[in-house]
Amino acid sequence: MGLDIRWPIGLMFTLIGALLVVYGAVVKSDHAISLGININLIWGVILLVFGVLMLLGAVAGGKNNPPPK
Amino acid sequence: MQPIQLQWIDYTILIAYVAFVIGIGLLLARYMKTSSDFLTSARSIPTWVTGLAFISANLGALELVGMAASGAKYGIATAHFYWVGAIPAMIFLAVFMMPFYYGSKARSVPEYLNMRFDGRVRCLNAVAFAVMTIFASGISMDALAKLLNQLLGWDYNVALVICSGVVLLYVLKGGLTSAIYTEVLQFFMIVLGFAPVVYLGLKDAGGWHAMNHSLQAVAVNPSALNLKDAGITYAPDAWTSAWTPVLAGSEHNPMGVDIIAMVFGLGFVLSFGYWCTNFLVVQRAMAAKNMTAARNTPLVAAVPKMFFPFLVIVPGMIAVALMSQPDKNYRIPPPVISTATYAKAIDVVKTVSPTDPAAAVKAVGDALGTKVAADKIASLVAANAATKLSDDQIKQGLYNSIAENYYSGVILSLVKKYCPPGLLGLALTALLASFMSGMAGNVTAFNTVFTYDLYQAYMVRGKSDRHYFMTGKVITVVGILLSIGAAYFAKRYDNAMDVIQLVFSFVNAPIFATFLLGMFWARTTGTGAFLGLSGGIATSAVVHGLTVAEGKGGWLGHTLYEFPSSMAQNFWLAATAFTVCFVLTLVISLATRRTKSNDDLKGLVYSLTPKIVDHNIPIYQKPAVVGVLLLIVCVILNLIFW
Repeated sequence: MGLDIRWPIGLMFTLIGALLVVYGAVVKSDHAISLGININLIWGVILLVFGVLMLLGAVAGGKNNPPPK
Repeated sequence: MQPIQLQWIDYTILIAYVAFVIGIGLLLARYMKTSSDFLTSARSIPTWVTGLAFISANLGALELVGMAASGAKYGIATAHFYWVGAIPAMIFLAVFMMPFYYGSKARSVPEYLNMRFDGRVRCLNAVAFAVMTIFASGISMDALAKLLNQLLGWDYNVALVICSGVVLLYVLKGGLTSAIYTEVLQFFMIVLGFAPVVYLGLKDAGGWHAMNHSLQAVAVNPSALNLKDAGITYAPDAWTSAWTPVLAGSEHNPMGVDIIAMVFGLGFVLSFGYWCTNFLVVQRAMAAKNMTAARNTPLVAAVPKMFFPFLVIVPGMIAVALMSQPDKNYRIPPPVISTATYAKAIDVVKTVSPTDPAAAVKAVGDALGTKVAADKIASLVAANAATKLSDDQIKQGLYNSIAENYYSGVILSLVKKYCPPGLLGLALTALLASFMSGMAGNVTAFNTVFTYDLYQAYMVRGKSDRHYFMTGKVITVVGILLSIGAAYFAKRYDNAMDVIQLVFSFVNAPIFATFLLGMFWARTTGTGAFLGLSGGIATSAVVHGLTVAEGKGGWLGHTLYEFPSSMAQNFWLAATAFTVCFVLTLVISLATRRTKSNDDLKGLVYSLTPKIVDHNIPIYQKPAVVGVLLLIVCVILNLIFW
């Protein structure tokens, strides 16, 4: 089938990762619930990196197998 | 427990996820032109995608919730469901069985049985499977809707309709391909959504070693946390070692299972019966683009499967460790009790006499309908008699004194404890993703088996492909509606549901014997397979009727044996049913005439099929090589947690 699943996975995690990063950086909360760690920021970065890697994979794979329109 | 309030960020993450899964369905809709596109993906999908879908379809919400529950109840030994009960069977499927499923061009497991044996075996398998998938997805929907209701205060009906509506939309649009593609997305969602919860929980418990240290103290006196009845005690490593407590015998591990039941019952019969014959998972491998991809599908799946215990079982162990550290102020949630019942119990607390603590404890316990900690109730009653407490204070006191654990609540109690807004949305989305992947798996397997193995085979034959394509779509809608019906049935008749699940365990127990003989012994006849399988199913029912465990079974009125746990009963029952099915099939096959010639069986039976030559594929893609490597890693994991 003509859809490379790495595109939607990459896009979704890039989006959610970016959301969490911004939320973690901007919204002031005391982080007591997450043991004093700004877990939204940290985990947002991880999701963002994962999402971008998936997108890179999709771009690289797209050379053999064209992405959807 | 107060419902959690979700923030806009949580809803945004949830909606983004739903938009993406529906989007995948819509994007794929234009490729759906024939029944084969819709029901079997026209054998076109790359290995890593089918591999992750293979594991994701199996990772339903019940698995996530249930494995954390078992992690709390039994500790690291729960990992046997992965290292013993899954990996070897997945490797066997890849190396030995996939060539026949894929090579025979069968579109489903029942269709393979039709080619190999005859219509009777196919019909038995197809009907049992179709009914089972509907009830499995119904039970899981009911569980999810209840969780969302308890945790978020969502209405049960709304939760049910929205979740199944999303699945319906993307499966109806993009068929099996969209189920498989979204399963891959869901796989990553589940892993990345729960990993931070495990990380925070483990950190709070003091790290891996501190957690084990706490669990060793718990194992010596598990009744202190209401994990076992008073007086039961184990060696300190009962929760932290996978093999030593099992090798010591069924009295020495919290599962109550001995080594033979574990290795033969779970590791061989149940595990191979599930992973090698269940169309829900096998269908994913059958959708792969070529034979090598199909064979490698279960191997790709085995890699994450091997490490899942750290994601799904460890949370249960964390919960027990936290509960044993009083300063953490955590308990595994007690059973969910309605407001009306609490109100009744609050009244009892106000009216009983504090001078007769024993009577007071009994009266409050009866009103709540659960076991209660006598000392806590007595002091609550005394405190209320001294200075009138508010209803809320009494309710909190009652909640704390319930001496029972609701293990299914473990995973969400940790999510609630550690997740701030944002991460909370992510973890809840992961839970929904696991539910949807399991449900889509069931629905796509159901529509294929129903359309090809029941409708096309027995009801309406010889129509155009267009006709079966439309049938597949209609059956998808029907399947989801039936699942919703099954969910309401499960909500209403808890006990009936237990009986239904029990009947399925009877049907599944012997099935691997039929496949083993069918695939590896050309002499096996259709009559032998059909009667052997029927005999095996009957045997498991009779064994269950003649034995008891934890008050279950023994419905034939005469008890021959009592098992230390229902898990042991389940494993032994499977082992017996398998053996009976194997022997019956063997004997009856020898006594009956073969109806299929060697030519008919080419591509269906091991000895009559040309061996696959793997010379032209790179070594890291050879199933036998990869399989052996995976087995070695699995053995190492077992040794580490011995």
